[in-house]
Amino acid sequence: MAETKNMILNMGPQHPSTHGVLRLILELDGETVVKLTPEIGYLHRGVEKLGENLTYHQFIPLTDREDYIASLSNNLAYCMTVEKLLGLEVPPRAMVARVLLTELQRIASHLIWLGTFGLDIGAMSLFFYCMREREQILDMFEACAGARLTINYFAIGGLRHDLPEGFETRVRDFIKIFPERMKNDYERIFQDNKIVRMRTEGVGIISKEDAIDLGLSGPLLRACGVPWDIRKSNPYCGYETYDFDIATGKVGDVFDRYLVRMEEMRQSLKIVQQALDRLPGGAHLADDPKVCLPPKQKVMTEMEALIHHFKIVSEGFEPPVGEVYHSIETPRGELGFYIVSDGSNKPYRLRFRPPSFVNLESLAKMSEGKLIGDLIAIIGALDPVMGEVDR
Amino acid sequence: MSEIAVQKLKEKFPNSVLDSYSFRDENTVIIKKEDIAEVCRFLKSDPDLSFNFLSDLCGVDYMGREPRFEVVYHLFSIDKHHRIRLKAMVGEGEKISSVVGIWGTADWHEREAFDMYGIVFEGHPNLIRILMPDDWDGHPLRKDYPLKGR
Repeated sequence: MAETKNMILNMGPQHPSTHGVLRLILELDGETVVKLTPEIGYLHRGVEKLGENLTYHQFIPLTDREDYIASLSNNLAYCMTVEKLLGLEVPPRAMVARVLLTELQRIASHLIWLGTFGLDIGAMSLFFYCMREREQILDMFEACAGARLTINYFAIGGLRHDLPEGFETRVRDFIKIFPERMKNDYERIFQDNKIVRMRTEGVGIISKEDAIDLGLSGPLLRACGVPWDIRKSNPYCGYETYDFDIATGKVGDVFDRYLVRMEEMRQSLKIVQQALDRLPGGAHLADDPKVCLPPKQKVMTEMEALIHHFKIVSEGFEPPVGEVYHSIETPRGELGFYIVSDGSNKPYRLRFRPPSFVNLESLAKMSEGKLIGDLIAIIGALDPVMGEVDR
Repeated sequence: MSEIAVQKLKEKFPNSVLDSYSFRDENTVIIKKEDIAEVCRFLKSDPDLSFNFLSDLCGVDYMGREPRFEVVYHLFSIDKHHRIRLKAMVGEGEKISSVVGIWGTADWHEREAFDMYGIVFEGHPNLIRILMPDDWDGHPLRKDYPLKGR
């Protein structure tokens, strides 16, 4: 009998199913993964270091480039952290608009997840349907901010501009068609497909206890049956006043993660509907000329606005000495910012707690001892965005 | 944020708690670095507190101050929904005990703090660089590390 030994296989960083520049070093015994070592850092841009050398306003566009699938959620987390540091109140219109837009962002993010997850396990057509609806949401973002991916729409104190004309109609049109599309297009194609079920059910199971120990958050943790959602547990932006449920799974396998994300899209749509119905009028930006950039119109016509604009752009503002941590529920889990201020116009320390980075840590636990074919489904269901893993 | 946790810590570990303060409704407790693992284990296991989730662990560099570094722990309780922030000061070349045995998620966070600041966590199973290449010189988030150029 010939002697056998384990094979080392290098997967990535250029591999279609690692969702970006993720490299996995696999030790294989036949088709079974014996050991998995993730290698990250290929996309490291030193964002935290850059943050320490930029004013508070200047950093906002960089947050777009972390989790680029859900950039509005990143904008929100950062802006809210700075607002907490300043003790700045955000006007009601901006609060509701923020909820509305980040929930749309959640749907868009889950749609891209669903499409690419389908691709990973060989369901091609789903991707095109998902992209079709995502396009509609991106069009709304484009109408708001002029950008589709790196949106940069939230500002410290509210929104950069007011919501555009015709925005409500666009959202209402979307609310009308989306539930039907989910049912007829995504679920009919995907969910009842026997191959999909065989490739996802019972795959990548992680227990509740392990999931909490490894710091999993977001849909991944909820799929294990832990009903923790920051929007419910530590509400921000008035989430306590919206009526929605936390989607949870039972087994904690890949199929549960799919079900949780599908349900989250439905719940998000419910929140979008409520936000739209209650969207108040009024200012979209807090009235604090030392912190919030004045509207361009005023800069061109009023001396004072021009001075404030010049001061904020060239020097920024100086928050009180202190430190704050604020986290929100993004489509991927708990996204937190920790800012230490020394009273100058730049943060002394700016820490970004990315959900994907922490979620990726549990990949080894989920896939060791499983087949390499399952690994593809597990990575897909993990939904890592390498931009925020590597920062 | 959790006042009760701060109270309990002060009662249980009078010698380990060096200072505590509150800012914007967030409680911070500064812990003696030698006792950090013991304090963390207590915070996790105490039924009234049950800080079972380590949200974040990171380093901060206060160059020019002694001890130079701070390790910051953000704890959360999934059952009680409260948070607390712990800090421990670590001097250059000193070590602090790892909390990987308490929360598995600390593994990568501590590797990152080591990578970015050179803080050494004693008892960590695999303390190697995580974001920077293995053969990298220096620790990028230190304040004396230049933003660009060498």
